[in-house]
Amino acid sequence: MFQVRIHGRGGQGVVTAAEILSVAAFDEGRQAQAFPSFGSERTGAPVVSYCRIDDREIRTREPVMAPDAVIVQDVTLINQVDLFAGLSPVGYVLINTSRSFEELGLAELFLRFPRPHLVTCPATEIALEHVGRPLPNAALLGAFASLTGQITLDAVKKAITDHFAGAVGERNAAAAAAAFDAVVHQEEELSRADAD
Amino acid sequence: MLTQIEGSRAIAETVALCRPEVVCAYPISPQTHIIEAVGVMVKEGRLAPCEFINVESEFAAMSVALGASAAGARAYTATASQGLLFMMEAVYNAAGLGLPVVMTLANRAIGAPINIWNDHSDAMAVRDSGWIQLFAETNQEAADLHVQAFRLAEELSVPVMVCMDGFILTHAVEGVDLLDQATVDAFLPPYDPRQVLDPANPVSIGAMVGPEAFQEVRYLAHLRQLDALHRIPAIAEEFFGATGRRSGGLVHSYRTEDADTIVVAMGSVLGTIKDAVDIRRDAGERIGVVGITSFRPFPAQAVRAALAGASQVVVLEKAFSIGHGGVLATDISMALQGSGCVVREVVAGLGGRPITRLSLEKLFYKAAQGELEELLFLDLEVDVVERERERMRLERRSGPSAENVLRDLGARSEGPGR
Repeated sequence: MFQVRIHGRGGQGVVTAAEILSVAAFDEGRQAQAFPSFGSERTGAPVVSYCRIDDREIRTREPVMAPDAVIVQDVTLINQVDLFAGLSPVGYVLINTSRSFEELGLAELFLRFPRPHLVTCPATEIALEHVGRPLPNAALLGAFASLTGQITLDAVKKAITDHFAGAVGERNAAAAAAAFDAVVHQEEELSRADAD
Repeated sequence: MLTQIEGSRAIAETVALCRPEVVCAYPISPQTHIIEAVGVMVKEGRLAPCEFINVESEFAAMSVALGASAAGARAYTATASQGLLFMMEAVYNAAGLGLPVVMTLANRAIGAPINIWNDHSDAMAVRDSGWIQLFAETNQEAADLHVQAFRLAEELSVPVMVCMDGFILTHAVEGVDLLDQATVDAFLPPYDPRQVLDPANPVSIGAMVGPEAFQEVRYLAHLRQLDALHRIPAIAEEFFGATGRRSGGLVHSYRTEDADTIVVAMGSVLGTIKDAVDIRRDAGERIGVVGITSFRPFPAQAVRAALAGASQVVVLEKAFSIGHGGVLATDISMALQGSGCVVREVVAGLGGRPITRLSLEKLFYKAAQGELEELLFLDLEVDVVERERERMRLERRSGPSAENVLRDLGARSEGPGR
C-alpha cells in the first residue's frame, strides 16, 4: 500500500487533490481510497486529506499516520503543522514553493529522507501561468506522478479533465504536465550535481 | 459499473435508481452531499417523476416523508445527529403508523458538547423507535443496502434506516459498483402500499388508540420486525442472485472458524478490525470478527450461531449508554445468556476519535491474554479525565468540563490527523 497525505489550506483544493489522485490510480486498475481529515473546513484554515493506493482491497478506515509521501500545498504551514510526522524513512516530500529546501530552512530533511525523494515545485506559479488562478493542486499531482512513479502523468491528466469540465480541465492538465517536467528537470539537476 | 466515487454520491445515484417519488430533507453534516446530489438530479430531470421538497427543518422533513408515504408515494430522506433528534417525534410516527419511509443516517455524534464527527450515538437514540436499522461496512454495502431497504420497507410496511458512518464513509472516495436501472427495477417492484390515503376510498391513518388496543398495535409492530429477521437474509440472498454481491443480511463472519475470541462491531470500523485481526492471526492468536448488519431487528439467533465457538466476545461500539455501558454489548450479552461465553465491552471512536489498527492490535493482544476489563474506553486520555475530576473536587465553580478539557489538551502539542 502507498499512502499519501496532503497538507494545505481551505480553498486550495486539498480534498479535491486526494480525490483526483484516487481516480487516477483507479483508472490504472488499482484500488484507491481518498478522504479528507474530517473537520469544519474554512477558507484559509489548515486542511489535510489522504489517499491510499494498493493492489488489493483497502479495508482500513484510520487516518494516514505513516504516509509514504507528503504533499505540501501551502508552504506557510511549515511552522504551524508537523507536516512530516510519521513519514516513512524512505518517504517522499513534495512542497509547493519557488524556493529551495535550504531557503525554507528545511535542509534537515536531507538527513531524514533520501535526497532524490525531496523536491520542490513552483505549482502556484505554474497554475497562474496555465490556469490563471493560484490553485496548485492539479499541478502538484503532475509533480507527484514524476516524483513517485505511483501513477502516470496520462492518468493524472485524464482524472483532472474528468473532474474539471472543458477549458478549465485542459488548463489544469497542462499545469500538471508542466509540473511533471519541472520535477524531471529538478531530479536531473540533482543527479548531475551528485555526479559532479 | 465500477466507479471511483464519493460515498455520498454513490448513495444519491443508488437512491435515484430506486425511483423515489418524494424526497424531502434539511441539510446537516455529514449528510449534506447526499441530499445535494439528489436535489441536482431532480432539478436536472434525471430523477423523474420526483418531487424534491425543501423543508424548514428535520421535523418537517420526516413529517413530509410520512405524509407522502401515506399518500402512496415512495419517500426518502436523510439526516444525522441533532437533525435526527429534531425529527424524533415524526421518526416514531413513521414506525408507529407503519409507513415504509427509507432514510439514510450519516452517523454522527450527538451534542453537547457540539461535535460534527462520527459515532453511533444518533442511531442508538432511536433504537427503540420501531425502525429497521441496517449498518453498512463499506460504501458498496451502503449503496446496496438502500436498494434492499426500499424492498424490505415496502414489503413489510416498516420504515428502514440505513446507517453509514458520517465522513468516514460519506466523504470517502472509493470504488463502488453502481447498479444499473434494469437490475434495480427487476429487484424493486413499484410501491404497492398496504395502506393509502385515497379520496375514492377514505381511511383514517393515525387515529387515537386507547389502552384497549395500544399494546396489541405495538406487539404487531414487534411481529413485523420479527418477520424482517426472515426477510432481511432472503432479500440479501436475492440481491446476491441479481448482482453477485454479498451485501446486507443479518450478520457477517470473518475468520471465526476455530476462534477463541470474536470481536463484534458495526459499520466501517469492521475494515480496520479485519486488518488488525489478520495481524493477530499471523501472531498465532485465534481471533475472528462478526459484523452486525441488522441492529434492529436484533438477530439474536444468528448472533448466537455466529459466536457459538468463542469463549470470549469483545464488543467494540461507537456509542454507549451513559451510566450503564455498551448498548450493542447488552444485546449481545442477552443473546449469549447461558452460553458461558465472557462478554467484554469496548467503547471506541466517540465523536470521531480515530480507531487505529495499532490500538486494536494492542486491545486484541490484551484480550488474548485474558486481561481485558469488563468495560474499557479505548485510547481514553486518563490523565485529562483525572485532572478535571481533581478540579471538580477542589472547587465548586470548576467551570464547564468540555472547555476545561480542551484547555488542558491545548497545552499539549497537536499533530496532524487529530
